[in-house]
Amino acid sequence: MKLFQHENTPSQTHIKADKVADDKVPDGLIFNCPKCHTEIFADNLDEYATCPNCDYGFRIAARKRLPWLVDGFTEWDADIEPSNPLNFPNYEQKIAKAKKASKLNESVLTGKATINQTDFALGIMDPTFIMGSLGQMTGEKLSRLFEKATQNKLPVVLFTASGGARMQEGILSLMQMAKVSNAVARHSAAGLLYIVVLTDPTTGGVTASFASEGDITLAEPHALVGFAGRRVIEQTIHEKISADLQSAENVLKHGFIDHIVKRQDEKRTLAWLLKNGGQIND
Amino acid sequence: MTKSAMDVVRAARSQEHISDQEIRNQIFEDFFELHGDGLHGDDPAIVGGLATFHDHPVTVITTSRGKSLEERMKKHFGQSEPAGYRKVLRLATNAAKFHRPVILFVDTAGAFPGKSAEENGQGQAIAQNLLKMSQLPTPIISIFYGEGGSGGALGLACGDQVWMLEDSMYTVLSPEGFASILWKDASKTSEAAEVMKLTPKDLLKEKVIEGIIKEPENHEKVIQNIDQVLQEQIPALEKLSTEELLDKRYARFRKF
Repeated sequence: MKLFQHENTPSQTHIKADKVADDKVPDGLIFNCPKCHTEIFADNLDEYATCPNCDYGFRIAARKRLPWLVDGFTEWDADIEPSNPLNFPNYEQKIAKAKKASKLNESVLTGKATINQTDFALGIMDPTFIMGSLGQMTGEKLSRLFEKATQNKLPVVLFTASGGARMQEGILSLMQMAKVSNAVARHSAAGLLYIVVLTDPTTGGVTASFASEGDITLAEPHALVGFAGRRVIEQTIHEKISADLQSAENVLKHGFIDHIVKRQDEKRTLAWLLKNGGQIND
Repeated sequence: MTKSAMDVVRAARSQEHISDQEIRNQIFEDFFELHGDGLHGDDPAIVGGLATFHDHPVTVITTSRGKSLEERMKKHFGQSEPAGYRKVLRLATNAAKFHRPVILFVDTAGAFPGKSAEENGQGQAIAQNLLKMSQLPTPIISIFYGEGGSGGALGLACGDQVWMLEDSMYTVLSPEGFASILWKDASKTSEAAEVMKLTPKDLLKEKVIEGIIKEPENHEKVIQNIDQVLQEQIPALEKLSTEELLDKRYARFRKF
C-alpha cells in the first residue's frame, strides 16, 4: 500500500519556527508592543520591561528579574555549561554567543532565594540563551534544583521560558523532560510546594514536562503557552488558527493555568503563596 | 551488510512491521479493551486494556495507526491527543493498584499537533504521564515497534525499561526537521539521520534503551522474540521491592 508513503506524512513534514515571533526587547527608540501593538517609547520601559498598555512582559534575561523579584539570592551550579554531544556544527559558537547575551553558562539560572524572610529554591529560564531551550545541562541544573530543595525542605518557584527541547543535543535533550519530571515527583512526594510561573514563550518539551507539573501555575499576561508550534498545527489541520489559541488567557480559560499575574505583582503574590500555599495543616 | 541510519528510518516508517492488532492478539491471547480517559474522551490512537501473559494478568497499551483511510484519519495516523495520554495514565494507575505489569507498544510520529489537542492540554497530558508514572509501584516496560517521535513517544516510555525492534527509531524531532535546521535543507535527511544517533544500536550505546529485539520478516518470529524478552524481563522487575524498582527508575533517567 503506497498511499501513505509520500513525502508529506506526519513524520516527514517540518515547519520552521516563526522568527517574527521572537519578541525580545527591541533596540529602537520607539517600537510597538507585539501583543497590543501600542507604540512604546523605549525610555518609558522600566526595569519590569512590560507594556504600559496591556501588561505583556517582554522577554528578558533571567538575571534582570532578580532586582525586583527577590530580597536575596545565592546562585547554585553557576559553572555548569553545555557540551556538544552530537558534534553539532557551529554549536559551540552559538553557546558562546548565548553566554554573552545572558551572562549565564546554561539556559537556566538556579539558586536559593528569599522573599520576606521566606527561603525557597528559585529557577529562572532565560529566553536570551538559545531561546531557553532544554539542553542536557539545563536539565541537570533543574534536577539539582529540585533535589537540593527536597533535601533542604524548600519550596520551588520556577519561571519557565523555552522554545522546547534543544535539538542540537538530540535524544539527550528529550531525556531531560523525564529526568527533571522525576525530580519534581520526588519533591512533591516529600510534601513540598512547587509554583510555576509561565513566561513568554513556554512551549514544546518544557510545556510537556516540568512547566505543567506545579501545585500552582501562574502565567504572565499574554505569554505564549503551548505544546506544538502554530505553523505545525496549521499545516496539520489545514486551517488558520487564531493568534490567541496559545495565549496564557486562553490556556487559563481551558483550565490549565490558575492565575495570570503581571510582573509588578509577582513578588507580592509569591510571598503570599509561599507563606500560605504550601503549609501542611497538622 | 549494516544498514545506514536512513535505512533504519525508512524501515521504521514502513508498513511491513507487525501491527498493533497483531501485538494485542498474538502476544496476548485474551486482550480485553478498556476505553476512555475517564474524564472526557476516548482517543482511538491509543488502544489499551487487560490481558494475560502466560497466565499472568497484565495491562497492555498500544499506539494504533489504523488500517483503512477512514480509520487512519480518526486515529491521526497513530498520533495521540491528550485523551490518549490520559487513558494511558488511567490504565497504568489502575494496573499499579493491582501490581499488574504495564507493557506499552509504541509506534508514533509524535503527539498530535491540533487545535483541540492544544486546548485540551496536550503538554499537560504528557507532563502528567512523566510525573506520575515515575512513581507507579509496578513494572513498566515499553517496546518501540516503528517510530518513536519526541515527547509524544517519551510520554509512553517513561517507565523501567525501553526495548526497540531492530527497525525502529527514537528521535527528538524528525530527521527532516533536523536537516532543515542544521543545513536549512530538508532534503539532507540522510545526513541528519546519521548525526542524530536515532538507530537502536546508537541508542543502546547511549543507554537510552535496554535492548534490541531481532526483527526478521516473519511476523510470528518477531512475536516470539518479543514474548521471550517479556518472559525474562517482567519476572526480573517483579522480584524488586517497590523501593528498589522506583530507585532504579529514578537512576535510569538521572544518568542523562
